[in-house]
Amino acid sequence: MKIELSPEQKKKQAEFRDFVQEVVVPQANDNDQQEFTPPELIKSVAQAGYLGAIIPQAYGGLGLDMITFGLLNEELGRGCSSLRSLLTVHSMVAYAILKWGNKRQREDWLPRLATGEIIAAFGLSEPNVGSDAKSIETMITQRDGIDILQGCKKWTTYGQIADLFLIFAQQDGKVSAFLLERTTPGFSARPIRGMYGTRASMLAELHMESCVLPKGNLIGGRGFGLIIATSALDIGRYSVAWGSIGIAQACLEASLQYTSKRQQFGVLLKEHQLVQQMITNMITGVKAARLLCYQAGYLKDIGDESTVMETWIAKYFASTTAAKIANDAVQLHGANGCSADYAVQRYLRDAKIMEIIEGSSQIQQITIAQYGYQTPDFAGVRGKKDEYRS
Amino acid sequence: MTTTQKTTRGKIRAFLDRFFQAEIKDDQDFFALGLVNSLFAMQLVLFVEKEFSIAVNDDDLDIDNFRTINAIARLIENKLGIQEPGL
Repeated sequence: MKIELSPEQKKKQAEFRDFVQEVVVPQANDNDQQEFTPPELIKSVAQAGYLGAIIPQAYGGLGLDMITFGLLNEELGRGCSSLRSLLTVHSMVAYAILKWGNKRQREDWLPRLATGEIIAAFGLSEPNVGSDAKSIETMITQRDGIDILQGCKKWTTYGQIADLFLIFAQQDGKVSAFLLERTTPGFSARPIRGMYGTRASMLAELHMESCVLPKGNLIGGRGFGLIIATSALDIGRYSVAWGSIGIAQACLEASLQYTSKRQQFGVLLKEHQLVQQMITNMITGVKAARLLCYQAGYLKDIGDESTVMETWIAKYFASTTAAKIANDAVQLHGANGCSADYAVQRYLRDAKIMEIIEGSSQIQQITIAQYGYQTPDFAGVRGKKDEYRS
Repeated sequence: MTTTQKTTRGKIRAFLDRFFQAEIKDDQDFFALGLVNSLFAMQLVLFVEKEFSIAVNDDDLDIDNFRTINAIARLIENKLGIQEPGL
């Protein structure tokens, strides 16, 4: 076993960190307060090639391996969770097209997604449907062989500005996935404001009133929408897991700096043992979460199916750890930590969102436990899975 | 059935054993058992791709390709160019 980044991965990590320090961090608090991501910032991300992170070079993307993609998510998440969520949803749609689209769809959409010429968003959640995706109410019907979308999506990240949406709709209880362009007659997006966290992620409620889809906008087989959603959400969950590490890392860095400067009772905060306890828990949590993400990423890179559940575990641990660490970071900062002048209050609000999106903690607890009962290694019954390999 | 085909079905069965308590027969429609969800389906696709070094793409997304062990084996054998005996 060797757990070490390659020289190229280290180089990319340093590049990501420099980009985030120079471009993202200086404006992250303002963007959060304004509930807005400036187009110039998205342009900078696009020019760096990051919107094409997982799109193969043949389509104009960076073609990053999953570990390097994770590092990018950590760094963006460290700077601004809202911006990281743009990478998340954009990559989810790109992945769905790459994996399940046909040749024409891949050639048509991926080059433009890679350069950021168009921004993509993921339309699954609805006013009445969150975790229970199979119960979506958005309908697809056919008239003279043409697909027509009718319904509403909610909490769509960057729905205010996205050019292309991957929309999930059902017909007779069978869910399918469709590409919907913003310019389609009958489409409208209503901004959602006043969110608790990831406030700059420009959420929208999408309305589709008899949207006529061009032929060829169905992704994958008809009725296979939930598999497409699940595979896209796997990428999203992985992105969120790494983004959660980014939040936790940002909290750790802020806490180390703050407690090294501020004095109380005649000594620096870092001299107090209860403060040291919090710092220790932060360091341990960040490192443990990162190791889980490394494992999930490695399994993705080798195409092992266990990456699906290992990603659930990584996201569950990373998101809950980020929330604890952010809570402690605000505590260490005292009243300053509750002020808009300090980023830790933003980290805490953003960390809470991580426990809800891409599978709530409770859904994850149910799913991971089921995985435990299905996996011989957990039950101490080794070898059953590997019988056929011997 | 050739040795290769038996091995293919054995590998699929071993994978399914993790998800189903009862033994699944080669021609049994396990989707009809109602125990299958999209998470399982995705893991099944990834398993097939890695174990047999093939790519499952949009053309293969037909429920009939995944209903039974035999159906999955046929999909794999078709992609690998393995013909059934007598064909």
